[in-house]
Amino acid sequence: MSSSLNPSVLHQRREGRLVLLLLAPALLVVGGLLIVPLCWLAWQSVRQDGGFTLAHYARFLTDDVYWRTFLQTFRMAFIVTGATIVLGYPVAYVAAGAPRRWSVAILAMIVLPFWTSVLVRAYAWLILLQRRGLVNSALTDLGLIDEPLRLVNNELGTIIATIHILLPFMVLPLYATMQKIPSDLTMAGASLGGTPLHVFLRVFLPLSLPGVVAGTVLVFVLTLGFYITPELLGGGRTFMVSMLVSRNIEIYNEWGAASSISIVLLVCVFLIFRLASLLIPFERIMGAR
Amino acid sequence: MNRLMLRDTVGVTIRSASKYYGSFRALDEIDLEVGPGEFVSILGPSGSGKTTLLGILGGFVQPSSGTIHLGPRDITNEPPHKRDIGIVFQNYALFPHMNVAENVTFPLRARRMPKAEWPERLKAALDMVELGGFGERKIHELSGGQRQRVALARAMIFEPRLILMDEPLSALDKQLRETMQIELKHLHRKLAATMIYVTHDQREALTMSDRIAIMNKGRLVQVDTPERLHDNPVDSFVAGFIGEAALLPVRRRDDRSVDLDGTTLVSSRPVPDHPNLFLVVHSEKLVIVPDAGEGAPNRLVGTVSETLYQGESIRIFFDLDSGARLSLRVPGNHHGRALLRAPGERIAVAIHPDDTIVVPPAA
Repeated sequence: MSSSLNPSVLHQRREGRLVLLLLAPALLVVGGLLIVPLCWLAWQSVRQDGGFTLAHYARFLTDDVYWRTFLQTFRMAFIVTGATIVLGYPVAYVAAGAPRRWSVAILAMIVLPFWTSVLVRAYAWLILLQRRGLVNSALTDLGLIDEPLRLVNNELGTIIATIHILLPFMVLPLYATMQKIPSDLTMAGASLGGTPLHVFLRVFLPLSLPGVVAGTVLVFVLTLGFYITPELLGGGRTFMVSMLVSRNIEIYNEWGAASSISIVLLVCVFLIFRLASLLIPFERIMGAR
Repeated sequence: MNRLMLRDTVGVTIRSASKYYGSFRALDEIDLEVGPGEFVSILGPSGSGKTTLLGILGGFVQPSSGTIHLGPRDITNEPPHKRDIGIVFQNYALFPHMNVAENVTFPLRARRMPKAEWPERLKAALDMVELGGFGERKIHELSGGQRQRVALARAMIFEPRLILMDEPLSALDKQLRETMQIELKHLHRKLAATMIYVTHDQREALTMSDRIAIMNKGRLVQVDTPERLHDNPVDSFVAGFIGEAALLPVRRRDDRSVDLDGTTLVSSRPVPDHPNLFLVVHSEKLVIVPDAGEGAPNRLVGTVSETLYQGESIRIFFDLDSGARLSLRVPGNHHGRALLRAPGERIAVAIHPDDTIVVPPAA
């Protein structure tokens, strides 16, 4: 049989086996640490007292804590994403247009905090924003306010810290996209009579939109699952999906409920990626192109 | 008739424009006057400053000193979008997210021209570059030559007072390039526009230009008609850059003749007074003659080293006894073949005094 195959087919087969061999460790890790636990999670979410049940999912319709938590989480995600776009776009724009060493410096300032633990950064914000923190005492000393502002232990504090932590996920894809926009396009726009604003709105902005979509998806999805900042800075008032999951396990030991919440959140994330991939190719969201 | 007309064709005057980057002189005291409706090429090797000069005209580079006038108007400090100059960029710089019509009408939208006037203008511009009916096409669906035409239509639709082109044909293959050269020339005549054309291709510049400005190291070396550049180069740089020329070092004898290793060459034009002169030998200026004996004026004798058959012509390479290599062409016909010599044979050639060009070295 095999003698009738031509050499190139044989060669291809051998190459295919080699590729499979090289991929095996990665596939094992992904399979063992991701796929299997996910299946287990899905299994847990439909089990109760040794039998099949949809009770865990039914709670989304009956228990208003559930849908209010989801609402709160999505609200956070929208606010944080919007704020990172507004804050990140100008930074990426300046970095992409600056001479090389300046853009490196700007990106370094964005990325450096990224290498510090999220926990450390969350506590740092707590110190800055608390009642007698740096921000409040500075504002009081300047006579701008009489009473300390409530900057932390609420949604505002959570939002501020989350924005700070997730900003690089917006700036980096934006920068990558903007940097690839050829400068002669904006030069051409100007030579054809476009004012700087007109050229920005008609040429630069539309061409940078894939970066906005990529950053939006990353920040939005990461915010949906964020845990540390709402836990530390939310003061119990900002209740997010991740906290609902942890409470169910830590306090009530309810694996079924926790699993069903996780699965619903996972489905939401899939839907968001699906939606975004209608706008730009999936590889671009992940920064592969 | 439905066609674009340039409002008021004006000339360009550049007065002692310089550009320094630190201590590096990208442009050194450029003076250039381009008449209304003239087609001027800026020709030079890469790094000679031609792109900087284009940047100064377009308003993307601020000159360190000097002025630029468009007609009577001083535009030295005007931003690019107020200059009314249509630019065709090297890689066309078409907007990839817009279709052909959106690209071409970009200048109309930017100028807030009433939308009612767009369709007529768009049609005229697309017809001009023979792309009628291509309005809805996406840019990535077009060939290189078509993109080139869209860029042209976009640069002309707002009837600019000057059209600048930065190596617009360099991305095209040879055949298309030659077709587009002729089309651009026709377009220039139709529009009667002032055009400044940047290129590093001497043949392109010779074919298309009314005048050519040769640049080297940030300076304008010579600004002249193609014929005069070819036959009256000011120095060895221009002579070496234009045409198929060999440069041979010669010694000045008197103001009408030079000495090449014992052979006297008489010129019908004055020989420059400089210790290091070069004889410019264009291959088409050499004529094969019966051997008239060594030492006769304007006769060179050598040994054939190689003959190359090139279809329409045959190129003969030969070495003078001093070792310098020259070449000439004979037509690929019966008479030409009769003149052929085999490698190793002796060959005698003559240069007419009118064709004897002697130049000083480049500054």
